[in-house]
Amino acid sequence: MTLQIELVAADRVVWSGEAREVIARTAEGDIGVLTGHAPLLSLLVPGVVEIFPVDGDTVRAAVSEGFISVAADRVSILSEDTFLADEVDESALTAELEKARSSDDEAAVRRAEAKLRLIGKAS
Amino acid sequence: MAVSLREYRAKIRSTQSTKKITRAMELIAASRIIKAQQHAAAAAPYARELTRAVSALATYSNVDHVLTTENPDAKRAAILVIASDRGLAGAYASSVLKETEQLAERLRGEGKEVTYFLAGRKAETYFNFRQREFEKSWTGFSDKPTYDDARAMGDALIARGGHMDDADEDAEDLPVIDELFVVYTRFKSMLVQEPTAIRLFPLEIVEGEEAPEDAEVLPLYEFEPSAAEVLEAVLPKYLYSRIYSCLLQAAASELAARQKAMKSATDNAQDLIEKYTRLANQARQAGITQEISEIVGGANALAEASASD
Repeated sequence: MTLQIELVAADRVVWSGEAREVIARTAEGDIGVLTGHAPLLSLLVPGVVEIFPVDGDTVRAAVSEGFISVAADRVSILSEDTFLADEVDESALTAELEKARSSDDEAAVRRAEAKLRLIGKAS
Repeated sequence: MAVSLREYRAKIRSTQSTKKITRAMELIAASRIIKAQQHAAAAAPYARELTRAVSALATYSNVDHVLTTENPDAKRAAILVIASDRGLAGAYASSVLKETEQLAERLRGEGKEVTYFLAGRKAETYFNFRQREFEKSWTGFSDKPTYDDARAMGDALIARGGHMDDADEDAEDLPVIDELFVVYTRFKSMLVQEPTAIRLFPLEIVEGEEAPEDAEVLPLYEFEPSAAEVLEAVLPKYLYSRIYSCLLQAAASELAARQKAMKSATDNAQDLIEKYTRLANQARQAGITQEISEIVGGANALAEASASD
């Protein structure tokens, strides 16, 4: 048994496939989802989602506010802004963070910080 | 006659360059439609999952939310009009505006006051020209909308939707909107696009297009932190996603309408060129015939003159 994962951003499917485990940060704390998990609909906070695929390396993605839904070994992670670790570029992110800070957009600051944290963790 | 021939040739040349332009616009629109359809297809999984989640919330929780509850004596309705930024798309913008007028009339008939939110420069100029008031307008993205555009529009609309806790203070001075409608052009196929009016809130959870597997039984979800909080967080996203899908469909429709309009313009230009070419040939022939008869007449006159000597 494996989990069917769909990591979805507002305008595209970021990653989908089979995995053994997913770790995500929800409003209630980090949760790990294995097969046979009870149906769950939980809110995500901006942070890093880790997916352990059946084969291949761990997939890391930065998410903004969104939610995770688990049902019958199908996991959907929905977040408006979702990026895989190898898609983001540090200098672009630092610029984005600066811009967000200067424009006093708290949500944007958190989004950018989440992405930066992701890079720090991945490298 | 020679003057007329030159005029025809000039007309042919100018029609040919018009045809080149309309042909180019047709091809550009055609290639962009494919992209717009891809965007719409790419946005579908998000909308589908979101719809599932909202349906689950609506089915398994008894939580009421201002965005979902009907207001029996709704006083104010808002219409979000999604039109294009540019013209040259046939009747695209005007049919959206016509649909808007019909909807507005119906709402006024029900005794509601109507306010407008506009997307697209064409809608804006329509209202400005008639010196009619609208509350807010967004322009510059009608053929290539992004999710951020949808979010910005959604935020502005939710803020005016009133009674949400965090929006209350800012919206105090403006009367609250009880109902929100969207008028956009639904993309049915490359040939058929339909101006449509839908109600966005109070929300009707639409399974229709976004959720093909409607026969599926929804699992009994556990909501964390609580159903109410999840609903509070998910509903605005659902609204954004609905607006986004309206924008994407409108964009695809706009491009399809433009392609169609430009195709018929190109065909018309071709017809004109053919017509002018015929007329030019006729004029040329007439010129030649006249010259010949002048020469013959002149020769005859000379021959007669020398014969009579």
